Amino acid sequence: MNKYLLKLYITGRTPRSERAISNLRHICEEELNNQYEMLIIDVLERPQLAEEEKILATPTLIKQLPPPLRRIIGDLSDKEKVLLGLDLMPFSITQNPSSGDPTR
Amino acid sequence: MKNDSYVEKIPTGIPGFDHISKGGIPKNRTTLVSGTSGSAKTVLAVQFLAAGIKKFQENGVFVTFEESPQDIRKNFLSLGFDVEAWEKEGKWLFVDASPQPVDAPYESGSYDLGALLARIEYAIKKINATRISIDSLGAIFNQLSERATVRRELYRIASALKKMGVTALMTAERIHEYGNIGRYDVEEFVADNVVILRNVLEEEKRRRTIEILKFRGTDHQKGEFPFTIIPNDGIIIIPLSAIELKQRSTDFRVTSGNEELDKMCGGGFFRDSVILVSGATGTGKTLMVTEFMASANKSERCLLFAFEESREQLFRNARGWGVDFEALEKAERIKVVCEYPEVKGLEDHLISIKEIISEFKPTRVAIDSLSALERVSTAKGFREFVIGITSFIKHQELVGLFTSTTPSLMGGTSVTETHISTLTDSIILLRYVEVYGEMKRCLTVLKMRGSMHDKDIREFKIDSLGMHIGKPFRNISGILTGNPVFLQPYELERLKNMFKEE
Repeated sequence: MNKYLLKLYITGRTPRSERAISNLRHICEEELNNQYEMLIIDVLERPQLAEEEKILATPTLIKQLPPPLRRIIGDLSDKEKVLLGLDLMPFSITQNPSSGDPTR
Repeated sequence: MKNDSYVEKIPTGIPGFDHISKGGIPKNRTTLVSGTSGSAKTVLAVQFLAAGIKKFQENGVFVTFEESPQDIRKNFLSLGFDVEAWEKEGKWLFVDASPQPVDAPYESGSYDLGALLARIEYAIKKINATRISIDSLGAIFNQLSERATVRRELYRIASALKKMGVTALMTAERIHEYGNIGRYDVEEFVADNVVILRNVLEEEKRRRTIEILKFRGTDHQKGEFPFTIIPNDGIIIIPLSAIELKQRSTDFRVTSGNEELDKMCGGGFFRDSVILVSGATGTGKTLMVTEFMASANKSERCLLFAFEESREQLFRNARGWGVDFEALEKAERIKVVCEYPEVKGLEDHLISIKEIISEFKPTRVAIDSLSALERVSTAKGFREFVIGITSFIKHQELVGLFTSTTPSLMGGTSVTETHISTLTDSIILLRYVEVYGEMKRCLTVLKMRGSMHDKDIREFKIDSLGMHIGKPFRNISGILTGNPVFLQPYELERLKNMFKEE
């Protein structure tokens, strides 16, 4: 299984940022079996990184690895969209909600 | 401006804009620039920063939602703005929010534009910018689907900019030239100041105009003003109604080149006046111009814009009347500019004429003929051109001699005249008159602002020495209407006596 590198861009520790972080943690724990690395970047502290990455909205989740690069914006409350963005087939959840099988 | 209002303005440095806006755009506020596609919104946004850098040492941040920075650098280099050089000098900084080539992002839950705001704040601090352009709002609505969120966030950005002490220009698309201010109800959050750019198709000609719709709390000129875009300068607005009638006037007169005509005009033309010579083809308008140019004394310089004849023709004709334009041009006492009116739009003609005048610094200017220029413009555009050129000439304290060709041989007026007769200070009419089967030429000074003048209709002849003004026509009436009526001597006598008896 591929190792995931995820970057989450937030603006300060707002409720929305916290929501995004906790939502992402849940999804990762459930779906990625600890095969992931998660970086949280606060654009208020490091705006230059946001500029380089051309981040517009926050929170923005970037799936750096494995390719292809994908962006998901929002507080990640819509789990299906997140899984779609992470290329984790959403229909596998509907079939078997408890298993987090990242089949590709 | 200080007693005008509490809303402070900063000069934009865009030619003409500061005039129509009475001092520039409101400081520390956001001004919305709305226009249809192709109405030069991006040019205005770029020029706002460029003028700040070039003229006021003010640095600028350019936020682009639409074109990539590479495209903007390239496009504006050909217009004479070296954005890349300014970037290297730390005077210009892009915030690139243009669509990225990767797939559109997935949206999951609520979000804000905090990252964009953080980037803008960072860029402003980094180069100490006081100006910011945001181009264009519509494009961000295409990138993100939550319209309500985007609107709320743009409002937040606009108010954050206000706190940072920067003056902002935001552009937005509109669909119709005359209709809603912008798509996506953008006027809701930047409603304080609205400028509209138009690019209207009128009689198969494009006409660009700019209008300041509102400046909350401060004054500005009302209505649409034409503008043009030219290389190296960008947008140039032609402020028409903004031209005040405060030209100085002198009693200093110059010769017209014809002694008799000087007498008719009460001693010559005033130095800061504009004279219109109107006549049918072949009545001697170009001769009058030639004599006017040739009679300048050695300390004067003359500039002739010819839109009807080529250099060779003009020079040959002048030689025919004993005037050597070639020698005068070598001595730099005269400059002849020949052009087809069709080579460019009238706004561009106006700008190039002004430039040549500023460069050559003449004391006399002639345009032969104005009616040829009328061909390339709409009636409205032509009128604006004449206002622009007359006021410019008067401001420079020059004598301007314009010719206008009347469409009919006998009598009549041209459209040109109805447009411009009130703008010129003096009008000289040259007309054909048929006297017993013979074409004769006649001349009259119709109007001479600020001076007495001869009201007679005088006959004149043209020979190899030029124009010779003769005696007034008697026994004829109705020359100017083109229907001369010959009066018998006894009729004249009767008329005279009629008034005597009273």
